[in-house]
Amino acid sequence: MIHLQQLTKQYGSKTVVDELDFTVRPGIVTGFLGPNGAGKSTTMRMIVGLDRPTSGSVTIDGKSYADLPAPLNEVGALLEARSVHTGRTAYNHLRVLAATHGISRSRVLDLIEMVGLADVAGQRAGAFSLGMGQRLGIAATLLGDPGTLILDEPVNGLDPDGILWIRNLLKELAAEGRTVLISSHLMSEMALTAEHLIVIGKGKLIADTPIADMITAASRASVLVRSPDSRKLQSLLTGPDVGVIESGPDLLEVSGLSAPQIGDLAAAHGIAIHELTPQRASLEEAFMKLTNDAIEFHGGTTADMTSGISEPRVAA
Amino acid sequence: MTTATESASTLAPRLTVGPVNQRKVITAEWLKLITLRSSWITITLGIGALALMGGVIGFFVNRDWDHMRPGRQAAFDAVGTSLSGAQFTQLAIGVMGVLFVTGEYGTGMIRSTLTAVPKRLPVLWGKALVFGAITLVLTEIASFVGFFVGQATLGTHAVTLSSDGALRAVIGTGLYLTVVALIGVALGFIIRSTAGGIAALVAILLVLPGVVSILPETWQTNISPYLPSNAGAALYDLHPESTSLAPWNGFAVFCLYAAAALVAAAIVLKRRDA
Repeated sequence: MIHLQQLTKQYGSKTVVDELDFTVRPGIVTGFLGPNGAGKSTTMRMIVGLDRPTSGSVTIDGKSYADLPAPLNEVGALLEARSVHTGRTAYNHLRVLAATHGISRSRVLDLIEMVGLADVAGQRAGAFSLGMGQRLGIAATLLGDPGTLILDEPVNGLDPDGILWIRNLLKELAAEGRTVLISSHLMSEMALTAEHLIVIGKGKLIADTPIADMITAASRASVLVRSPDSRKLQSLLTGPDVGVIESGPDLLEVSGLSAPQIGDLAAAHGIAIHELTPQRASLEEAFMKLTNDAIEFHGGTTADMTSGISEPRVAA
Repeated sequence: MTTATESASTLAPRLTVGPVNQRKVITAEWLKLITLRSSWITITLGIGALALMGGVIGFFVNRDWDHMRPGRQAAFDAVGTSLSGAQFTQLAIGVMGVLFVTGEYGTGMIRSTLTAVPKRLPVLWGKALVFGAITLVLTEIASFVGFFVGQATLGTHAVTLSSDGALRAVIGTGLYLTVVALIGVALGFIIRSTAGGIAALVAILLVLPGVVSILPETWQTNISPYLPSNAGAALYDLHPESTSLAPWNGFAVFCLYAAAALVAAAIVLKRRDA
């Protein structure tokens, strides 16, 4: 169980993490999602005591990280891809970390076997590919058999085989009752791995919700309607749940009404319809809508792509 | 690369792990030091220089003795000549002390280290103790070897260990180098970058005395003896300047510099984000 309370980190006048409050529960994989620069890595670094919070606190099973007597036995953290001395072999890297906790050499060998590095354990970690480095990082994370796992972008740069491996591993670890928090900027990845989602943007909490709810919210249907008389049609499209957005000349995006309903309504009023396309937002789009306001570094076109789309707030 | 998606539960039952303590951190730091190739290369160079360079210089001095001016013959320092490798050794040891720390910051290893030891200070003490102890043992051996090899090549101009101050100079060389090692480790934690750390080390040990030597003479007299490397040199230099501190006083001043550097390192290590 990871518990954040009003966790805040400022660098000078810039607030990177802004009064974050959330709890990561054991037994499930929790996805920690946000655009690049949202403050995910900083938050994770504060959880394991590498960065000192400007204010607020974070505890693991009720204790602050620095007060854990045997941290690797309680928390395994995989932070930025490389936290390994490039001149040391994979085996020696793990042996050094194991030594800080008096963890046996046989445990080190078991883990090397488990993550599939047995053939290259004697090679210097600096020569490792991204995937091998990530496997070594996972081995280090599991060294102390921790009850809590924190992984920053664990599938970044992995091949499909490696991604599948990590996905299954994390699910199994969670099923064993461990607390698992993984960050990603890819909604699609989270949809496959996580059961619960915590979404942040510009350091602020945007959503803290089961992924099933997120999918329901995301798949709220809308209909694209093209009509030369769109203004008149728009005035007819009313109702408690009906939302209409002008997404182009003569083009409306209608939510809360089905395509047949809109077609019938137009026919009844003699309005010509040139296009009537039911749309389903993907989870990825839902994420983009959710975080649109909170994207730190906009590409030139991203704003145009998503502007004018309504913003369904997922209950926090 | 293929891996069976093996169940993590094969590692069950849950491991029981004792608490992190200073002794375990020292073991880890020892392993860190001996598992890097660069450590072995630097130690070999530094120790080799101390053990052998005096012999090489002694051999040439002895061969060319008759061509030396009488003044220089009279002022000849047989002990200092046999230990002349120490100038190189102090750079090797100091640089290695810096690298022992900045190598972790440069590669990101420090994040692994500090998540394993979140109290942080045991890492500083562990590194200082491990590297200090290794340096002390190896440089004492090397400086005795250097002395005897050097004297052996000096022929009739050699002195024995029982000559005035010789034993102090030989032991003092190892002690001086050990303190240099500690200063290197402290600078590594304070500066965190390899280039910056080495620059600071060289500036403190070698450049500072040169800078002070261009100051007016009265200033020199007051400042120069208290500069780190000059104060430390009082212990092993058998032909000191007249203004130089007494051997053990000088060494105490040098130790104070190292202690101050370690305290500063402890403060910034504890305070700064890693």
